[in-house]
Amino acid sequence: MSTTKKIAVGALAAALGVTTLTACGGDSGKDAGDGGTKPKTVTLVSHDSFNASPAVLKEFTKQTGYTVKVLKSGDAGEAVNKAVLTKGAPQGDVFFGVDNTLLSRALDNGIFDPYEAKGLDRVPDAVQLDKDKHRVTPVDTGEICVNYDKKYFADKKLAPPQTFDDLAKPAYKDLLVVENPERSSPGLGFLLGTAARYGDDGWQDYWKKLKANGVKVADSWELAYNQEFSGSAGGKKAKGDRPLVVSYASSPPVEVLYAEPRPAEAPTGVSTGTCFQQTEFAGLLTGAKNAEGGKALIDFMIGKKFQEDMPLQMFVNPVAKDAKLPALFTEHGAKVARPHTVAPEKIAQNREQWIQTWSSLVLK
Amino acid sequence: MALPVAFFAVFFAYPVAAITGRGLRTDDGTWQLGRIGDVLTRPDILDVLWFTTWQALASSALTLLIALPGAYVFARFSFPGKGLLRAVVTVPFVLPTVVVGTAFLALVGRRGLLDELWGIRLDATVWAILLAHVFFNYAVVIRTVGGLWSQLDPRQEEAARVLGASRFGAWRRVTLPALGPAVAAAALMVFLFSYTSFGIVQILGGHAFATLEAEIYRQTAQLLDLPTAAVLTLVQFAAVGAILAVHARTVPRREAMLRLVDPALTARRPRGTGQWALLGGVLASVALLLVLPLGVLVQRSFDGGLGYYRALQEVDAGGTFLVPPAEAIANSLEYALAATAIALLIGGLAAAALTRRAGRLVRGFDALLMLPLGVSAVTVGFGFLITLDEPPLDLRSSWILVPLAQALVGVPFVVRTMLPVLRAVDARLREAAAVLGASPWRVWREVDLPLVRRAVLVAAGFAFAVSLGEFGATVFIARPDNPTLPVAVARLLGRPGDLNYGQAMALSTILMVVCAVALLLLERVRADRSGEL
Repeated sequence: MSTTKKIAVGALAAALGVTTLTACGGDSGKDAGDGGTKPKTVTLVSHDSFNASPAVLKEFTKQTGYTVKVLKSGDAGEAVNKAVLTKGAPQGDVFFGVDNTLLSRALDNGIFDPYEAKGLDRVPDAVQLDKDKHRVTPVDTGEICVNYDKKYFADKKLAPPQTFDDLAKPAYKDLLVVENPERSSPGLGFLLGTAARYGDDGWQDYWKKLKANGVKVADSWELAYNQEFSGSAGGKKAKGDRPLVVSYASSPPVEVLYAEPRPAEAPTGVSTGTCFQQTEFAGLLTGAKNAEGGKALIDFMIGKKFQEDMPLQMFVNPVAKDAKLPALFTEHGAKVARPHTVAPEKIAQNREQWIQTWSSLVLK
Repeated sequence: MALPVAFFAVFFAYPVAAITGRGLRTDDGTWQLGRIGDVLTRPDILDVLWFTTWQALASSALTLLIALPGAYVFARFSFPGKGLLRAVVTVPFVLPTVVVGTAFLALVGRRGLLDELWGIRLDATVWAILLAHVFFNYAVVIRTVGGLWSQLDPRQEEAARVLGASRFGAWRRVTLPALGPAVAAAALMVFLFSYTSFGIVQILGGHAFATLEAEIYRQTAQLLDLPTAAVLTLVQFAAVGAILAVHARTVPRREAMLRLVDPALTARRPRGTGQWALLGGVLASVALLLVLPLGVLVQRSFDGGLGYYRALQEVDAGGTFLVPPAEAIANSLEYALAATAIALLIGGLAAAALTRRAGRLVRGFDALLMLPLGVSAVTVGFGFLITLDEPPLDLRSSWILVPLAQALVGVPFVVRTMLPVLRAVDARLREAAAVLGASPWRVWREVDLPLVRRAVLVAAGFAFAVSLGEFGATVFIARPDNPTLPVAVARLLGRPGDLNYGQAMALSTILMVVCAVALLLLERVRADRSGEL
């Protein structure tokens, strides 16, 4: 940056009456690497869906002395892409929210430093997708599945569909709404689920059948779930007329949680044979100003307290074996025995092409 | 002149150039300009370009058609509740696009109001997009054109009538030339807004329609295809530049000297059936196009009685925020005030410099000031991300970044609103003051400022409104411990469950009311001051 520009900025700052441009920046403007004082803040960069109870974050401060600052930067894909763009000068210390569909992009671009978290022995090997190098640590899992409107199928005396095969049957014609995989992560998850189920050769034929069976495509989860789906509170208001929607296995408990008064039974159910597993990871950003604090935060995130707080905050499942699910989940959630999965490398190689093929098959 | 130039260099040109450069250069620094041709021959990209252009043209034409009679009514008639109505028509302009989209879906979507009444469905058609653009931009025309119209001396038209001109002839020869620049400026703004429309197209257009802006967002944020995004950014730059060039050519260089008068003297009660019918017609169009979608929103926010509003005061209403959503209101207002101050300072200085000087360079600067309207918020946001990352400019986590980004969009409004009025100030007044020994600053303060105070307030209103509803840049940089209203609404809409949906509607309603109140206060200030003109 040239001197003239610096002068210009200085003049600008003065003129605007902004005496300290970098005020409120916390530790962002200071480099902790000079043996100076230990920074007191650790910054967590995440997507918009990140949530944690203030009480739990306070607990972390009590244990370690660090205050957590959360920086949300868009939906999951956008947040990862920003982390890639700011490689080397990251916006924070820890990144949380890269999932298995985007993992390869993050790892190939080298935005994470390896760190083996304390307490990783309580996390199953199946979700540790970077077990050799520990550049990322699994934090939670969730399933993307078809949800159904219980009332609709009870009124019609029709059994709700349970598998991908069912969805293409004439009995369920014109009932399903899915999201555009190009613009929505549940949409992408559902597409990957079909690719896992029918293989590289079979999934296109399956989608032709779905199209013939009247599948509707919405651009975002919000539109599909809150406008088109007949089983959700928002969809009921908007008089949605599709009793099947691609959403999450945790959506029914959420419908119960946010209903006034709370119903005894969830209004929606989960078609457990249509699920694709998402795993979300946290990693230490390369160039972090407070790497020590970052490591402590990653340890804390797979600790029991944080893991048990997550379900009702982000509607996901804990990865730690010793974390208990809240009653709401055990009563209204679905147990998905065998969700479909696709290896991250395979997703990275094929994602764009699958999406393009899907577009020309389904949207044209 | 120096300050606005520096502001734009640091917060606009530098970030945008950086992100575009990253897309057009390989890692070893060689330029890959061949990529431009590759991208521009792709049929999907050509489709996007074509749609962007024609829908913007159609939106501008439709908006002018519907809003110009409204501008006349606001300028020339006085009727009870006019101030309130003026605030009402400005509200749509500051609503986050998420909310506009949702409201319009409730109106023209499946089982929306129109569907229930007459079986009309417009969702995923271009009509929904066009209507939403009119809804959004109505205020632009009312405030730019109506603001000037109300200050034109009606006696000039009367003089022409006395000299034998027909009513239409007098209007065509006297009023129309005086209004020309303002109409052109308004049309230009509406075109730019529609051209770069993003949220509305995303929600109402479905996958059938994508504007250039939406495509840039997709290529950058979702696909990380920087080369394609960079080419599209350049295309948008070129297109906006071309629009501005056309504008500079068609609008007469020298805005005529206008005799501006106090608006209070020009407005009178409508007389005769024709005028009453016009007033009635305008009120009806406002009710149908602007009030109805807002009404649907309000109605939905009260579906649960006051329950949704009560929920807003709880911190843990779903844990979406670290503070109660209600606090977002205060945050939004603080940001908007800061952004307004910055935009007025930069825009005012720029407008003053542009009035003072002529020549090619200055005209070029004038056009440059408009560019932020035509460059995607996504490009600017990503540019901020990769450029403002080192001291003394590590602003990425500083609160000031939000008002700065919002001011960037506000400045063009300030300039557009103030320039026609400033140029219309008789230069001889300034010369006289200078001859009598006043410094340039003093001349500006004693001569220009009193005459343009009204324009300043209109500009401030615009900047404030833009900031309050601005979503693209804010969502990029707002922190969860102090979200703004639009960001809060978007987050609530993005979560399942009745309570979140209802809270989003309730917050949108509050946002609406806050805007209306702020704008009403502004009207009040204006009314008090107008006597000094």
